[in-house]
Amino acid sequence: MFVHLQGPWSPLLGRLSAEQLPFLHIPIIEYTFAVVVLLGLVVVGAVTYLGKWGYLWRGWLTTVDHKRIGVMYILIGLVMLLRGFADAFMIRLQQAMAVGPHSPGYMGAIHGYLTPFHIGQIFAAHGLIMVVFAATPLLVGLMNIIVPLQIGARDMAYPYLNAMGLWLTAGGAALVMASLFIGNFAHGGWYGFVPYFELSYSPGVGVDYWMWAFQLSAIGTSLGSINLIATIVKMRAPGMTWMRLPIFTWASLSTNLIALTSFPVLMVSLALLGLDRYLGTHFYTAGMGGNLMLYNDLFWIWGHPEVYFLILPAFGIMSEIIPTFSEKTLFGYATMVIASFAIGGVSWGVWLHHFFTMAAAPSVNSFYSVTTMLVGIPTGVKVFNWIFTMYRGRVRFELPMMWALLALFLLLVGGMTGMMNAFASNDYMWHNGIFVVAHFHMMVLLIAASIFGAVEYWFPKVFGFRLEQKWGKLFFWFMVLGTGFVFVPMFILGLAGMTRRLDYIPYAAWAPYMQIEMIGIALYVMALAFFLAHLYVSLRDRSKNLAEADAWGTGRSLEWMTHSPVPSYNFAITPHINTRDEWAWRKENGLTELHAGEYEPIHMPKNTGVPLVIGAFFFALAFGLTWRIWWLSLISVVLIVLMIILRSFQKDTDMTIPPEEVERTEKRAIDTLYPSSRADVPVYPGGTVGTATAYQRLSASEDVGVSSTGTLPHASVDR
Amino acid sequence: MSSSAVSIDPKTASLWARHYPGHDFIGTRTFGFWLYMLTDAMVYAALFASLVVLSHASNMIGGPTPKNFINPIYAYGETIALFASVLTYGLAMVNLKKGSRSGVTGWILLSAILGVVYLGLSITDNTHLFQQGITPQTNGFLSAFFAIVIYHALHIVVGVAWMLVMLIQIATEGFSQNVVYRLINLRLFWHFQAVIWVFVFVFVYLQGLLV
Ligand SMILES: [Cu+2]
Repeated sequence: MFVHLQGPWSPLLGRLSAEQLPFLHIPIIEYTFAVVVLLGLVVVGAVTYLGKWGYLWRGWLTTVDHKRIGVMYILIGLVMLLRGFADAFMIRLQQAMAVGPHSPGYMGAIHGYLTPFHIGQIFAAHGLIMVVFAATPLLVGLMNIIVPLQIGARDMAYPYLNAMGLWLTAGGAALVMASLFIGNFAHGGWYGFVPYFELSYSPGVGVDYWMWAFQLSAIGTSLGSINLIATIVKMRAPGMTWMRLPIFTWASLSTNLIALTSFPVLMVSLALLGLDRYLGTHFYTAGMGGNLMLYNDLFWIWGHPEVYFLILPAFGIMSEIIPTFSEKTLFGYATMVIASFAIGGVSWGVWLHHFFTMAAAPSVNSFYSVTTMLVGIPTGVKVFNWIFTMYRGRVRFELPMMWALLALFLLLVGGMTGMMNAFASNDYMWHNGIFVVAHFHMMVLLIAASIFGAVEYWFPKVFGFRLEQKWGKLFFWFMVLGTGFVFVPMFILGLAGMTRRLDYIPYAAWAPYMQIEMIGIALYVMALAFFLAHLYVSLRDRSKNLAEADAWGTGRSLEWMTHSPVPSYNFAITPHINTRDEWAWRKENGLTELHAGEYEPIHMPKNTGVPLVIGAFFFALAFGLTWRIWWLSLISVVLIVLMIILRSFQKDTDMTIPPEEVERTEKRAIDTLYPSSRADVPVYPGGTVGTATAYQRLSASEDVGVSSTGTLPHASVDR
Repeated sequence: MSSSAVSIDPKTASLWARHYPGHDFIGTRTFGFWLYMLTDAMVYAALFASLVVLSHASNMIGGPTPKNFINPIYAYGETIALFASVLTYGLAMVNLKKGSRSGVTGWILLSAILGVVYLGLSITDNTHLFQQGITPQTNGFLSAFFAIVIYHALHIVVGVAWMLVMLIQIATEGFSQNVVYRLINLRLFWHFQAVIWVFVFVFVYLQGLLV
């Protein structure tokens, strides 16, 4: 039944053998392996030394709390972002070294220090990791944390499924990391080529690693999208009508509709490749009735909507940050909503622009050229809305706002160059060139910028203290500088005709540009150091930076209407929504009681270890398939099915938090908020927003007006 | 502030939803399952699109054309079994409304048996094809053909297994919230597979007869 493979294979270990462990004989991987093992030992040792295993298991690994799951998504995203950046560093170093026929070679390479096979893997890993294992988990994590808070829900619609999505994504990420030390990774670019990725041309395990890691994350993300859509549709607090939804929640809805419909197509495109590679079918083979273009079409029918899957939440983040730091309501709310859905809709009709040069008829190319340019219209609407939001607002350039503005700038650069690419005639000249690469890096960097903005913005909400500003600003400016130094030369070289994924550059004249890009990478490395300092200093001085419920003083939506950090049940009593920008409206009317007395029992889901275990079995399944260890895969499938069925028999899945415990938690929240000034802060049952806000501390009080935050006598407690 | 705020009087506005009963459990569960079915519909859409792309004569590389090997008798029997099963499952849901445990159990058991009949026919049909050397490995067209037929049959396997699990849960739990929402979701799943079968029958079997 299975395709006959040449080379050694044993029933017990499949294709796995000692020669397949590159960390035993390739120096770079040897060092990396040593560092990773050392880091792992340090972490395990630290957890054991501090006796935190129980806490880790109960508080995090088995949790179904949407906020903690979101935090873990973001941690996975940050770790993978670091890995993706390390890949970028290696690529840049190689291209800076391997220019011109006289450039020296080291470590087995003729030019530079990486062999073509090795740098091919790095290119593929860099792309896949950044798109699927860094940007996606970061954004999914943010949506996980913020959406239920913004709609006044206690948790996601399906907390158990939520944990499942997380651990599937983690399994995929673990598989990519495993490929670093066991075997190798795909070496033909992150989106794959057929028939090059067919077994006859790529018989190694690299493509299988790529395929299964991709597949796991696709399953995880589409489960997550079901959850987020159902949460937004079904779990809104009373009074939260559609036209009162915060824009970030709207963006999440539209982006998850894209994910829900497009990820299944990706699964099919990869599954058919898998059938070709394992069972010898002929979907994409050259000859035997396969069709090469089928793969490209299926893949990019997912691939292009995926771009908007990433960018719409980024737009949503900007739409939250800019009004908060302009102290104005968002300009053009309804047009923002329509634009989000227009972008989501158009994203389905543009995929062919990824292969304009594959000899489609001119009419076909023209059609996709025009639809691609259409995307510019709703995006332009959004840009103007943000600008008009800032116009005549009280704009404060704090870190979240700086990141949002950087994202706006990068959107302009990336959008304009995107328009240039949209012309099929232009694309014929620079297809597969680095002009395109520089363009889409502008877009993903805008996503990254808004993610950093979101982390700065919502960090106090999740952890209860603000991040410090000094190192954070250095981090910001070095990111700006690095981006300029890396990508301006890349645009120039792209127009000069340089193609992508080169392991050796024949023109010595391009060397200066490559070296400027290397300077950019050095600036990025410094930015990374500042980022770590930023985190370290913030963590060290956290007691000085404790945040109120309304951490920035000018928050507008519901998440600022509960304590920082948010209790496990989010809101002690479910809020009743009266208007758009509910929290801003309440502040203007002095209704800043967070809630009041007479707590009620709260129904919450219980922790469960099942999703973690199922995620581990999915990892084992994918690992077994990659190495063709059939018994491992079979056992994993059986156990996964069994776990799912057994879990459905479990009745003890929920719990009730008694009112006394809610009251204790609420009182404690006040204690951590005002550790020193308890005497002069009036304590209301369940807490208040406090006396001084971040905004008032930063600027003159007459600007605030009587209607700003928490300064009025408190209105009666509960209505 | 948005204009809607003006109309709300802050003095009388209700701020907290005390004793809020929470969200409709069964409604939330079934809504999510509709979303899941949408992803499955997209998988089928991609598979059918692949079949269309791979149905050209060049994809058959001189191998057997569908006209040569498709046996409408089997497909006809499968259709009868599947649609009868959908009917009996519908009757099970009627009994669920009445709250009749024995009624639900009996009709679901019959649906499961009809599902197994379908699988029996499908396996016989495909084994015959395999014996004639008509396999997914023969050419691009047959790869797509069998991908759809087998993917659909896998759903029937899952549906039958799900029915058996539900029979146990009805026996042990009665009509608890969990059991009820699962029965409703299973109905959606089962009907959806029947709808997909209509497409398989039309685009794979009937159209195959003409090509
Ligand atoms: Cu595109």
